[in-house]
Amino acid sequence: MSSTETTETNDGHDAHHDDHHDDHHDDHAGNHLSDWEYIKIGIWLAILTAIEVALFYFPPGGAEVPALLILMVVKFAIVAAYFMHLKGDKPVLTQVFVGGLLLAVAVYFAVFFAFELF
Amino acid sequence: MADVTARPYATPEDLEGPEEHHDAHDTATGVSNNKLAMWAFLGSDCLLFGALISTYLLLRRKSDGVDPEELFDIPFTSVSAFVLLMSSLTMVLAVSAANRRDGQRMRYWLMATALLGSIFIAGQVYEFTAFYNEGLGYTTNIFGSAFYTLTGFHGVHVSVGIVMLVSLFAMSATGRFNEDNAETVEIVGLYWHFVDVVWIVIFTIVYLIP
Repeated sequence: MSSTETTETNDGHDAHHDDHHDDHHDDHAGNHLSDWEYIKIGIWLAILTAIEVALFYFPPGGAEVPALLILMVVKFAIVAAYFMHLKGDKPVLTQVFVGGLLLAVAVYFAVFFAFELF
Repeated sequence: MADVTARPYATPEDLEGPEEHHDAHDTATGVSNNKLAMWAFLGSDCLLFGALISTYLLLRRKSDGVDPEELFDIPFTSVSAFVLLMSSLTMVLAVSAANRRDGQRMRYWLMATALLGSIFIAGQVYEFTAFYNEGLGYTTNIFGSAFYTLTGFHGVHVSVGIVMLVSLFAMSATGRFNEDNAETVEIVGLYWHFVDVVWIVIFTIVYLIP
């Protein structure tokens, strides 16, 4: 039985069902990119990885570590924003994830200070 | 009951009846509970990896008798990092296909993602074996314990992700999917991308930063 047939045979309930599903589908479409755009982002991520490896072999003086950390954060942010769809999704999801991330950074500093300073 | 194997997705009526479908986003947050739960899990998993990375950073210098910089094979690990990064791309393409209700293409990308993940795990097994043969066991020194614990936990996460991907593929291939399962693919995708972003951090902090 196709979805069209379902709507015709059970008109009242299933018409609402289809409207709801379309809303759900549009909601997803709003923050999802086309396949080609995802491929372009993948190419950019590959280029950034190649730059990271190049920095390892050809370190630019004292800027190597900051450059690598910046590239790491940029790659992390791109994957989270576009592949995980945090950009354009409900803010509560970003809050939950970033909350955990900030706590993880806090754990690092807590452990660092506990072991290195005290 | 309709023949659910005749198309990539069965309708909700085929499997559960129409009432189940209406609950998807009727929540206080406007986000389905399953998706919110996955994000909460990922937030808590940040703490696990935060603790493991912190431990590694504090103990990385205690590598008596073994020089990590001589041990690491950066070209090999770079290829592994690239493979895992590309698996994130194939995963997002699987989610995209699922949202278009293109079951065949979704299964294609799911298998591509599982294959790339398996290549990454095979690389990790090879790397661990090579390190062991070079004299770095789990209990050789504190650096070894911290390194294997951090990268090993990540490897376990990737392996669990592969199991989820193969399960999704099998469920779709046998017709045990309905239209709502686009979100299931998205939730598994979130887990997979998280595994990728954790490796982005590990690759830089463990392997690239001297």
